[in-house]
Amino acid sequence: MSEHRKQILSVENLSVEFDIFAKGAMPWTKPDKLKAVDGVSFELSEAETLGVVGESGCGKSTLARAIIRLLPAATGKIVWMGEQDVLTANARSLHKIRSNMQMIYQDPLASLNPRMTIGQIIAEPLTTHYPETTKAEVKAKVNEMIEKVGLLSNQVNRYPHEFSGGQCQRIGIARALILKPKLIICDEPVSALDVSVQAQVINLLMELQKEMGMSLIFIAHDLSVVRHISTRIMVLYLGNVVEVSVANNLYVNPGHPYTQALISAVPIPDPAVEKNKKVILLEGDLPSPMNPPSGCVFRTRCPKAQQLCAIQKPALLEYTSDHFVACHFAG
Amino acid sequence: MYIDNKKVQDLADRLSSSAEIQGRSLWQDARHRFLKNKAAMISLITLTIIVIFSITGSAISPWNFEEIDWDAMSDVPTLGVPSIQSGHYFGTDALGRDLYSRVIQGTQISLMVGLIGSFIAVIVGTLYGATAGYLGGRIDGVMMRTVDILMAIPFMFVLILLMVMFGRSIYMIFIGIGLLSWLDMSRIIRGQTLSLKNKEFIEAAVATGVKPLTIITRHIVPNVLGIVVVYATLLIPGMIMTESFISFLGLGVQEPQTSWGALINEGAKTIQHGTLWQLLFPLSFFIVTLLSFFFIGDGLRDALDPKDR
Ligand code: SF4
Repeated sequence: MSEHRKQILSVENLSVEFDIFAKGAMPWTKPDKLKAVDGVSFELSEAETLGVVGESGCGKSTLARAIIRLLPAATGKIVWMGEQDVLTANARSLHKIRSNMQMIYQDPLASLNPRMTIGQIIAEPLTTHYPETTKAEVKAKVNEMIEKVGLLSNQVNRYPHEFSGGQCQRIGIARALILKPKLIICDEPVSALDVSVQAQVINLLMELQKEMGMSLIFIAHDLSVVRHISTRIMVLYLGNVVEVSVANNLYVNPGHPYTQALISAVPIPDPAVEKNKKVILLEGDLPSPMNPPSGCVFRTRCPKAQQLCAIQKPALLEYTSDHFVACHFAG
Repeated sequence: MYIDNKKVQDLADRLSSSAEIQGRSLWQDARHRFLKNKAAMISLITLTIIVIFSITGSAISPWNFEEIDWDAMSDVPTLGVPSIQSGHYFGTDALGRDLYSRVIQGTQISLMVGLIGSFIAVIVGTLYGATAGYLGGRIDGVMMRTVDILMAIPFMFVLILLMVMFGRSIYMIFIGIGLLSWLDMSRIIRGQTLSLKNKEFIEAAVATGVKPLTIITRHIVPNVLGIVVVYATLLIPGMIMTESFISFLGLGVQEPQTSWGALINEGAKTIQHGTLWQLLFPLSFFIVTLLSFFFIGDGLRDALDPKDR
């Protein structure tokens, strides 16, 4: 990470827990705790993209929602612009932070209110944060955004159900961008789309990032999607960061057995290499986060697991430069 | 030529022109489906006629609803039969009052009861249910337990007691029905809100910083409105029936005012005197109106929720 870039977000030791009430339990019995996110830390600089990768159920969406404070965090700190803690911000400053932090969702159609025209949908952040904006200004801004995301501005009076999934996602992007935020959290924005459309949406996001200079947190469930867009990549497993690195390092020299398995599953567009490639298959399922394994969270499925792994939880240590791995036997 | 040149030209014009394209909202789709539903449309027309009749019908009657025709009263079964000459188009009731005017008066009262009842249900029930469902947690618990408690009260019994204590009056019925009608509605809306709450567009609004009240009015209420409309339409006949039942028991509206229930009650009492019209006229209005409301409600449900057919 270059030093002179301004830091946008710094997350320290963030944990998110859910209370799970056993079926038929009495109201006064203590609920079980489910740790969906467990001590995650990372930093994000201006105009940088952090890719977050993990299987479904690893806590990536929970992490996203905790950052924007849709979900309460159990412990930790989320420092915004180097000064304010998002978690303890009062209603007023939270409102202000949210104007600079927008989100794009997984299901493009479900993220748009079916009873509103796309013009109204895109204008909503603007009218919420700047209610004094005149109608003409709102309209001009909305048109500008619509064209920026590659739709025609004469479509503003149509309704979401009249658009395809990819178009709906563009509308979602326009809504997220209208306030020119500093950070956009993309929660699996392309996993519900066709492969050809996925590339278009990712390219659009990259172009817009170049133009407007916002930072992105890009969540996905496979490594091939984030490779293109990310400057750094963080791999999550069961709510824990297992590896975080500058994007290219991670692909060239993955340190954690889990990352290695993920990368071996990514197809390589060269038949000769692809044929001789050794795919590491992971056995078993993701263990229940209600009852995580002792020591290293990955040990139940790890091909390299040894006795130490069950006793001691590996710390996230520097592996190569700007590349951290949480494994006793990295490499 | 396989391609219609004009159409292509049209399309090109439309794509290139900067005029804003008007979208088709879900409401417009629904209206389109509703207009194609024959039973619902016939019912809507019938209902409109009944409403117009109840407002303007009295203009062509020489008799007022409380005037007693002393001639007819002396021999109702023969002189009080429906006839154009005497001006009693629907005949007279047992006291010699003009049934035509009385049916009009009854229609007004009965429709009013239904409309006011479901109006209260829509306003109070929707806001109450949406608030409880959206806020959730302890507030939701308290709000919904209150509804449970109110529902557990034997409403009809309390209403009858109230009437006995404070005397019969139509206002009592309005109050009673108003107190009761929103309970079911608030439950339905709460359920709908709970399922809407987890939709991503609500989350997007929260994350954007939209205020809770605005979220309820802008994002939740419009999306439950379809169900509200259907349920309100189906609620009206229920209200009318409740009022009619109370009036049929001899409580409810006060003489000389009347309602369908009261008219049916009187008609049924005098049926052995051979004055069948006294029962049939109010009864057919009652049945036709209720059926119309049910068909309209059904048509609305099909139109607003096409998946559910
Ligand atoms: S610490 Fe042990 S179990 Fe965990 S990933 Fe490394 S080798 Fe595998």
